[in-house]
Amino acid sequence: MSSPDLSKFAATSGTSGTPRIVFEDVEKRFGKNVVLNGLGFEVAKGERVTLIGPSGSGKTTILRLLMTLEELSGGYIYVDGEPLTHKKADNGKRTALRPKEVALIRRRIGMVFQQFNLFPNMSVIENIIEAPVHVLGQSKEEARSKAQSLLDQVGLGDRGDEHPTRLSGGQQQRVAIARALAMEPEILLLDEVTSALDPELVGDVLGVLRDVANTTDITMLLVTHEMQFARDVSHRVMMFDEGHIIEESAPDAMFSNPQHERTKKFLQAIL
Amino acid sequence: MAELFTVPAGVISTVQANWQQLLGGLKITVELSVFGGALAFVIAVVLGLAAMTRFAVLRMISRIIVEFFRGTSLVVQLFFLVFVTPVVFGWGSHPLVFAFVALGLNYGAYGSEVVRGALTAVPKEQWECTTALSMPWVTKIRRIIWPQAWALMLPGLNSLMVMLVKGTAIALFIGLLDLTSVSDNLQKQGAERFTVYGISFVLYYLLAMAFSAFLRRIEVRAQRRLGLKPTKTDTNRATAGALA
Amino acid sequence: MHWDWSIARDALPVMLKAFFEVTLVVTVVASILSALLGLIWAIGLREMPGALSKVLAFVLSLLRNTPIPLQLLIAAYAIVQPTGWLSHTSSLAQYQHRLIIIGIVVFALQYSTYMAESYRGGIESIRSGQWEAATALSLPRRRTWQAVIVPQAMRAALPSLGNWAIAMFKDTPYLIAISVPEMVSQAQDIGGNNFSYIEVMTIAGLIFLVASYPTAILMRTLEKKLVY
Repeated sequence: MSSPDLSKFAATSGTSGTPRIVFEDVEKRFGKNVVLNGLGFEVAKGERVTLIGPSGSGKTTILRLLMTLEELSGGYIYVDGEPLTHKKADNGKRTALRPKEVALIRRRIGMVFQQFNLFPNMSVIENIIEAPVHVLGQSKEEARSKAQSLLDQVGLGDRGDEHPTRLSGGQQQRVAIARALAMEPEILLLDEVTSALDPELVGDVLGVLRDVANTTDITMLLVTHEMQFARDVSHRVMMFDEGHIIEESAPDAMFSNPQHERTKKFLQAIL
Repeated sequence: MAELFTVPAGVISTVQANWQQLLGGLKITVELSVFGGALAFVIAVVLGLAAMTRFAVLRMISRIIVEFFRGTSLVVQLFFLVFVTPVVFGWGSHPLVFAFVALGLNYGAYGSEVVRGALTAVPKEQWECTTALSMPWVTKIRRIIWPQAWALMLPGLNSLMVMLVKGTAIALFIGLLDLTSVSDNLQKQGAERFTVYGISFVLYYLLAMAFSAFLRRIEVRAQRRLGLKPTKTDTNRATAGALA
Repeated sequence: MHWDWSIARDALPVMLKAFFEVTLVVTVVASILSALLGLIWAIGLREMPGALSKVLAFVLSLLRNTPIPLQLLIAAYAIVQPTGWLSHTSSLAQYQHRLIIIGIVVFALQYSTYMAESYRGGIESIRSGQWEAATALSLPRRRTWQAVIVPQAMRAALPSLGNWAIAMFKDTPYLIAISVPEMVSQAQDIGGNNFSYIEVMTIAGLIFLVASYPTAILMRTLEKKLVY
């Protein structure tokens, strides 16, 4: 694939200096089951962070909390210094934001799912322009031409009028990436985006993501089992176990010289 | 606050003056529901099982009967029984029996679709293993298939039973004094409309709920016997399919 | 007793007229209305605050669990008649029109409760990923329903909605309760005048069968086809 110009979709807002994402004392419980407890970390603007760890270690939950797909049980998440779902009130009490306030900040975040989750009742191009038209208020023509160039960039320029269900898994996932990028997100969350794909289709999807990584400064949080890909695109890797970060470092250091015993075992099992 | 709970005097006097007639109407409605339901159940099981035999003729006969009674409207069937069959067959006029037969045939045909659906829904492996054990047909249905299908068919039969209870109001059209016609008669005789209609409205609701709760209990027990946790099944789709 | 073709010949046009002018009109209009109402109920049950949604569910269960003939009587004689709308008519035709309207409303309400259940099934069959994708794209709740959920739920519910419409069709003779001149009541009249019911009731049954059976078959095929 030629290297496309994705730079015009790069996000620029926010004051430099404030981290893009802050998790502060984050807690998530499902019933009695505590998934995250007292979790804190920061992600800088433009930084690409890969979350690794055994299943059930809370990686996906972190992405879902950021996307407001799960409700925060405790603590705070900040995006560009602004609270996402809960804020500390003046009296120090933790209060939930109103849905409208949440919606405003959520717009800066996009997500690509393991199961693509394209809307089967819309064509490929309709999938992509749906949110730009109805959330960002773009005109249909404007959204369409942007969607077309995105489709070109993910190598599906001629499939716009087709039904998503007629595409292969890899093609569907590339459409899903284009759909997320059409919202010009500052933060892109990638939740095991190649796990549901046949092995021969993984390459194309990762290729598209590499291009996005190389040509934009979108902040990315990735959960993936593709360690080579993680090594190539991410600035930092965080190893999770039972809801805690047990080790974090640059990818080269993490993969070639893991410090923690759990990390060593995990990497041995997966590589 | 007290006046909120006071029943208007008119309602009390209406009830006092007419409760015996209303009770008589309720009795007819309950009779039609119970006997109509029982007949419908027997017909449903017979037709449903016939649809699953290996005799093509039996399957076809069952199919024709079912499609005929599903397709021709309960009221038309009732009128045929009431106005045509006494002349053709020379039996007298027995409105209660006719209503009961019409309900049984019509809802029996609907029910047979539910029974057939449940028998079909028993996993294929279960049918195959009965063949592997060389069981005779009756044994395999009675011992293996039926207990599993029974739990599956009860939710659908439950919905149909509620519809049958409502269907008993066809009594109105042939001069049977069921709950609907009694309240309509009382209204025509000058009783307070909202009260007499309202009373039978509530009685129908309670009756439908009672039948539904009763069948639900049987369903839970059937599920337990299969070692399943009691679950609420969505029957709407299957019921709509059986009715059409 | 024997079959009299002349009665059948005379009855058929009258019955067909009543079928197309009343039975079919009531079925079609009430089906469309109940499909719309059912959708509103289904969305309302999910989106309204808990207490309100419980009230709606209770009202729907009252409507669903009581007989249509009784509901027709209540609507016509206890609710509408006291307003004078039924009696202040200039002609019998107008009076009957108004009864038909009452009939349509009652049928639409009763079947909307069943169709609401069909939609609910359709909505629940939509995978949670669809809701999540809508959230991830920041689609407003309203737009999510309109563009994502309803079209998919509609598709899933369609065969079931069609089946309820067929069931309603076969219930239209209940309109006899409020003396609406639909097909079966016409049949009854003709039968009474000729002292012979076999012809008219056979015709009535056949018309129901001929109209409902192919539609039912269509719905059964649709059921297998309409899956994403």
